[in-house]
Amino acid sequence: MPRSMIELPYQIEYLSILDEEGKLDKELEPDLSEDLLLEMHRAMLLSRRLDERMLNLQRQGRIGTFAPVKGQEASQIGSAAALDESDWLVQSYRDQAAAVYRGQSIESFLLVYGGFFQGNQLPEGVHNLPVAVPVGTQTLHAAGLAYAIKYRGDESAVMVYFGDGATSEGDFHEAMNFAGVFQTPVVFVCQNNQYAISIPREHQTRSKTLAQKALAYGLPGMQVDGNDILAVYVAAQEAVERARSGEGATMIECLTYRLSLHTTADDPTRYRSEEEVEQWEKRDPIPRFQNYLQEKDLLTDQKIGDLEEEIEEQIQQAVDRAEEQMKELEAEALSMFDHIYAEMPPYLEEQRQALEEVLAEKEGA
Amino acid sequence: MPKMTMVEALNLALHQEMEKDDRVIVLGEDVAVDGGVYRVTEGLLEEFGEERVIDTPLAEASIIGASIGMAVYGLRPVCEVQFSGFSYFGMHQIESHAARMRWRSRGGYHVPMVLRTPYGAGIRALEHHSESREAYYAHTPGLKMVIPSGPRNARALLVSAIRDPDPVVFYEAKAVYRAFREEVPEEEETFPIGKAQVVREGDNLTIITYGAMLQPSLEAADTLDEEDGVQAEVIDLLSISPLDHETFVNSVNKTGRVVIVNEAPRSFGPAAEITARLVEKSFWYLEAPVQRVTGYDVIVPLFAYEDVYLPDAKRIVRAAREALSA
Repeated sequence: MPRSMIELPYQIEYLSILDEEGKLDKELEPDLSEDLLLEMHRAMLLSRRLDERMLNLQRQGRIGTFAPVKGQEASQIGSAAALDESDWLVQSYRDQAAAVYRGQSIESFLLVYGGFFQGNQLPEGVHNLPVAVPVGTQTLHAAGLAYAIKYRGDESAVMVYFGDGATSEGDFHEAMNFAGVFQTPVVFVCQNNQYAISIPREHQTRSKTLAQKALAYGLPGMQVDGNDILAVYVAAQEAVERARSGEGATMIECLTYRLSLHTTADDPTRYRSEEEVEQWEKRDPIPRFQNYLQEKDLLTDQKIGDLEEEIEEQIQQAVDRAEEQMKELEAEALSMFDHIYAEMPPYLEEQRQALEEVLAEKEGA
Repeated sequence: MPKMTMVEALNLALHQEMEKDDRVIVLGEDVAVDGGVYRVTEGLLEEFGEERVIDTPLAEASIIGASIGMAVYGLRPVCEVQFSGFSYFGMHQIESHAARMRWRSRGGYHVPMVLRTPYGAGIRALEHHSESREAYYAHTPGLKMVIPSGPRNARALLVSAIRDPDPVVFYEAKAVYRAFREEVPEEEETFPIGKAQVVREGDNLTIITYGAMLQPSLEAADTLDEEDGVQAEVIDLLSISPLDHETFVNSVNKTGRVVIVNEAPRSFGPAAEITARLVEKSFWYLEAPVQRVTGYDVIVPLFAYEDVYLPDAKRIVRAAREALSA
């Protein structure tokens, strides 16, 4: 029999719990504590206001280029909330909502985007990797980290973020393959925000979903409404559990949308219509979740108003601290020689001394 | 002391380090069941099991990228890329992450990994199996680049590389793998990374070299002694980065004449950097123009002409006579 059909799993599960009209699927509603729900809401709102503030700072020339999160808050907070402190988050350059939620400070991001590498120092005990910029490369670090966790017999999971564009990069496929072969505890979270700068999702792949890429590597893949934080949380929770219990990796595709710019150097009107953006604004994850919490009597307009004020104050304090630190750090250019190696080799010491002399001369002049 | 080939000496280093430290794991293509295509990892699977000796999928970026993740978690991965000509599949991981993780995280994370890979011509191999591209790695801040020249220093340097807190690219000369045997002590031996070694003393001329080029350089030194009555000092760099210029500057300040030998293409290669440092630090001691004997700036030819491409003792003697006649 030269020709026959090989049976393959070909269905991709799609999950939505709270739709854009605010309609809730009661049967799928997760039983989350009041504290967690409010914490996630606060983290989303904080990220949105931080975006706005950073955009202002960038336009005023007080910080440099950065990538706003706007629109993807549910994908990030919903997934990061499924992690424990001992789990790892491997991030890319648009993931500050989750990174801050996991314990990185707001001012650390302001420092980095203000041009100071000192901001990349992580607080003790925060198991995040620093931002990886080259698209998709961080997926392999997650695969290796997870291998090491498994080798050590630890029960942590690794979550790695990447976008729709990253699924065209070889590293993404290699990482999924590695995680599949060695059954390592990774949760691959694709924030499909529909664009890789100007290239729309359908120009990245002819596949109907991105989640189905997982099937080729023998991994479960699922697609969720990435603007529905309940759906993201449920999917992430299941995947993290699977990872911790030794069942291996999962890929989650969060269907979301980048409501703002690729980075502050980008003009999206060149490649997408206002109508399209308006359509997605109706699906904004924050009002949707807010309505849900109001319906549950966990939030009132008054409480939201108070929270907005509190967040504004929190951001203002972080901006003040960051600007103060930047002023102090301006004179620390010699620190560019730090942390290149554990021990500075003699030729580097020579170069450092040469710069020190140049700087001293400048000061004297 | 047992006499070993470089392959056996490297194998000894891996065995002993894995025995000592359960953070050390080995990964790569064909490294476990097959023991590596050059047999450097032979017997490790049987002794340490498949969790520590990992046959990976055929994907160099995976081997290197996953090693970075493992190192961040506290392991000491020793990964193998089967031929250095295929390491470019993972070059972005080396340049963008292995070399930068310590810097990027301000010392919070570091990447104590070793990337072992065979390099160089002289074994009648296919295209992509003969190059000498150490300059790529030596040019990258945050990396260390080590090239042993024989069994004993290969073993000592591999042990040091495994214990080093920073990422080390470890080039193994295919032409030296089984070329000769040397006594290698059973007991532990290390050699500091970033230190060169004077392997032959002399007052008339300095030959600076490393890796597979050490043997023809020593041969040339013997010829110069026999035919010209010239005593050449031969320096084996061992580490390309950090480059130990102190050792060769001291020697050139004594001899005033220098030949630099590397198998890599000439332009922007290690010999160029060595020349620059000599111009900066030994200018007033130089009695003749610096001579470079290197590979040509061409693609390494297939093996019909590879012996013509490779620097040999004859070319080194010629260059030395140039330096001596000036």
